[in-house]
Amino acid sequence: MENNQPTPAIELRNLHKSFGLAQIIQGVDLAIHKQERHAIIGPNGAGKSTLFNLITGKYVPTAGGVFLHGENVSGMKPYQINRMGLSRSFQITNIFAKMTVFENIRCGLLWSMGYKYSFWHLVNRQRNVTDRAEEILQQINLLERRDELAGVLTYAEQRALEIGIAIAGGADIVMLDEPTAGMSASETSYMVDLIRKVTEDKTLIIVEHDMGVVFDLADRISVLVYGEIIATDEPQNVRESAAVQEAYLGTAVEEAG
Amino acid sequence: MSLQGQQSIGTKTPLIPIRKVLPWLIACGFLLLLPQVFPSGAGLTIMNQMAITIVFALAYNMLLGQAGMLSFGHAVYMGLGGFFCMHLLNQVEYNQLYLPLPLLPLFGGLFGLIFAFLIGSFSTRRAGTVFAMISLGVGELIAACSIIIVVFFGGEEGVSGDRTMGPQVFGFDFASQLEVYYLTAIWLVLAALGMYLFSRTPMGRIANAVRDNEERAEFLGYSQRNVRWISFCASGFFCGIAGALFAINFEILTEENLNLATSGSILLITFLGGVGFFVGPVIGAVVFTLLQTVLSLYTEIWQLYLGILFVLTVMFFPSGLTGLIAMHFRPWNLSKVGLLIRPYAKIAGPALVLLFSAIAIMEILFHARHSSIGSEEMNLFGMTINSHSPVPLIIAVGLLLISFFVVRKLAPGLLDAWQDANHQERET
Repeated sequence: MENNQPTPAIELRNLHKSFGLAQIIQGVDLAIHKQERHAIIGPNGAGKSTLFNLITGKYVPTAGGVFLHGENVSGMKPYQINRMGLSRSFQITNIFAKMTVFENIRCGLLWSMGYKYSFWHLVNRQRNVTDRAEEILQQINLLERRDELAGVLTYAEQRALEIGIAIAGGADIVMLDEPTAGMSASETSYMVDLIRKVTEDKTLIIVEHDMGVVFDLADRISVLVYGEIIATDEPQNVRESAAVQEAYLGTAVEEAG
Repeated sequence: MSLQGQQSIGTKTPLIPIRKVLPWLIACGFLLLLPQVFPSGAGLTIMNQMAITIVFALAYNMLLGQAGMLSFGHAVYMGLGGFFCMHLLNQVEYNQLYLPLPLLPLFGGLFGLIFAFLIGSFSTRRAGTVFAMISLGVGELIAACSIIIVVFFGGEEGVSGDRTMGPQVFGFDFASQLEVYYLTAIWLVLAALGMYLFSRTPMGRIANAVRDNEERAEFLGYSQRNVRWISFCASGFFCGIAGALFAINFEILTEENLNLATSGSILLITFLGGVGFFVGPVIGAVVFTLLQTVLSLYTEIWQLYLGILFVLTVMFFPSGLTGLIAMHFRPWNLSKVGLLIRPYAKIAGPALVLLFSAIAIMEILFHARHSSIGSEEMNLFGMTINSHSPVPLIIAVGLLLISFFVVRKLAPGLLDAWQDANHQERET
C-alpha cells in the first residue's frame, strides 16, 4: 500500500476562493483517501460551506484546483461532478417537498440507473428502480412513510430523507453538510448510526458542529480557520493539538469529552 | 388523496390498470358521441376549436405546470407550426406533393419542435423571470416578423389554403366538417395521451424535480438547463400539432395566431383550468371556448366576464377550476359530501341573484353608454327595459346589495360545514 500511493478520492491543491475583496478560502491543500471518513470543523465563518460548494461545483475556484479521483473538476457543473460519483446533502433541508418520500428517492436514482432524460420509459413500470428505492427507504427507516408528501415529514425524518437522496445515486463519495444540525440528542445519535450504516465502504466528508458526532464518526479531522486548514489529523491528535485548542476547540472539546 | 399503504410493497401492477384506462375510454366515447348531440355546423366548429385549444393548453401546461416555466410567447410555436402546415397544404395543392391530410399534424409537431429547439437553446438557460422575459421578447419578435416577412406569413391577410386537395384517405377527402371533427378528435386523443405518458417518464418526473428545486436536481446528475430545454422542445412539438389542426380546420393563418394576445390567452386558459392538474388545461380550454363562442353571441362584453372570472379564480382558487372540483374529493372519500348539500343549496339562490344583478348592472351601463342614439330599449334576461332610465339600474344595484349582504351572512355557515366535511375522525 505504502510504496505506490493510491490516488486520493478528493484532493484540493492550493485552493482559493474570494468573493470580491473577501478572501474566503486562502490556499487549502488537502487529500482525502478512499473510504475515509473525514470531518471538517471550524468556527462559524471559517469557510466550511464555501469549501463544500467549491468541491461540489456550485462555486468555481478563484485559483487552485479540486481533483476527484485524480481528475481536475474545477469549473465543472454540479451535475457533471455528481455523475463522476460525488453526491452531497445540504445544510438547509433541500428535498422535493411536493413529491412523495418514494419519489424523492427515485429522483436520486434515475440518472445513475441509466434512465437519464428518457421519455420512452414509464417510470412506474421500472421494477428495478422501484425495488432499489424501497431498499433505500428501508435503510433510512422511511419505508412506512413511502407515500407521504416529503413536506409533511418531521424535521429529523426530512434530514434522513435528505441523506437518502444523497446516497441513492450510489456515489462513492458522500458529502454531508451539518447532517445533525438542530437535532435532539437522541435524534443525533440515531443519525450518526444511520450515517455510519449508509456510508459503509464509501468516502465520507462531513461538516459538523457537534463535536460528539465528529469524534464519534471521523477517521481524520481537518480544522479550518479563516479559510486555511491549520491541522489535519486523527481525532485524538486534533483534540490534543495546542494550536487547534487555541484557535477553536477549547471549550467545545471539554463539553464533548 | 394518497391514502397510506394504498400501494403496498410487492403488489404487481397489471399491464394496463383498468382504473387508469377508464377515464380515457370514457373521453373517447364522449368524443365519438358529441357530433350526434351537436350535429350543426356551428356546433362542430366550436368543438373543433375546443379540441385545438385543449391540445395547445395541455402543451402549454407541460411548461407551466410540469416544468414551472412561465412563457409569455407560446403562440409562436403553435403559430409557426400552423404556418408551415399551411404552406405544406399549398404544396400539396399546387406542386402535387404527396401528403395525406391526417399526417399533417405530425409535420406541424416537427416544425414546432424545431423552433422550440432553436429558441430553447438560448431561452432555457435560465429559469424564472429571465426565461419569461426572453419568451416575451421572442414572441414579440416573431409577431413583428409576421407583418414584415410577407413571403412567408402573407402579411395582413395571412396564408390560406385548401385542405381537400390531398390524396383521399379511406375515401375521405375532409371536405365536410364532420370528417375534420373526427380527424381533430383522433389527434386530440393521441396528443393528450402522448403528453400524459410523457409526464410519467423519468424525463417528466425530473422536470417536476427541476421545477420544485433546481439546485437539488443538479446534484442528482441532472443539468437543469437540459431538463428545461427538453421540456420546452416537447411542449413545442405538441404546440405544433395544435397549429396543424388549426390550419386544417380554419384553412387560414394570420398574424393573430402569433401575437401576444394569443400567447396571453393560452396562459389565462391554462391558469383558469388549473396548472397543478393534468386535466386542468382541458377544463380551462372548454370553459374558455364556450365563453368565447357561445357567450359572445349574447353579449358584447364577454371578455369583461372572462377577465372577472380569471381574476376571481386567481384570487380565491389559485389551483383553478379543477382545483375547485378536486377540493371536493376529500369530503367525497370521507362520505361527507352530504354535509355540504344543504349549505350549498342555501347559498345558491342569493349567489345567483348576486351574479345576475352584477351582470345586469354591467349590461345596462354598457348599453347606456354605447347604444346608438335613440335606441334606449335593451333586452335583459328576456325582459325589455330602458337602459337610459335610472329605475332598472336602481333595482339591479338594490338586488346586488341585498344578495351580497345575504351571501356574506351565509358564508360562515358554509365555511363551518366545509370544515366539518373535511374533518376526519381519528380511528383507533
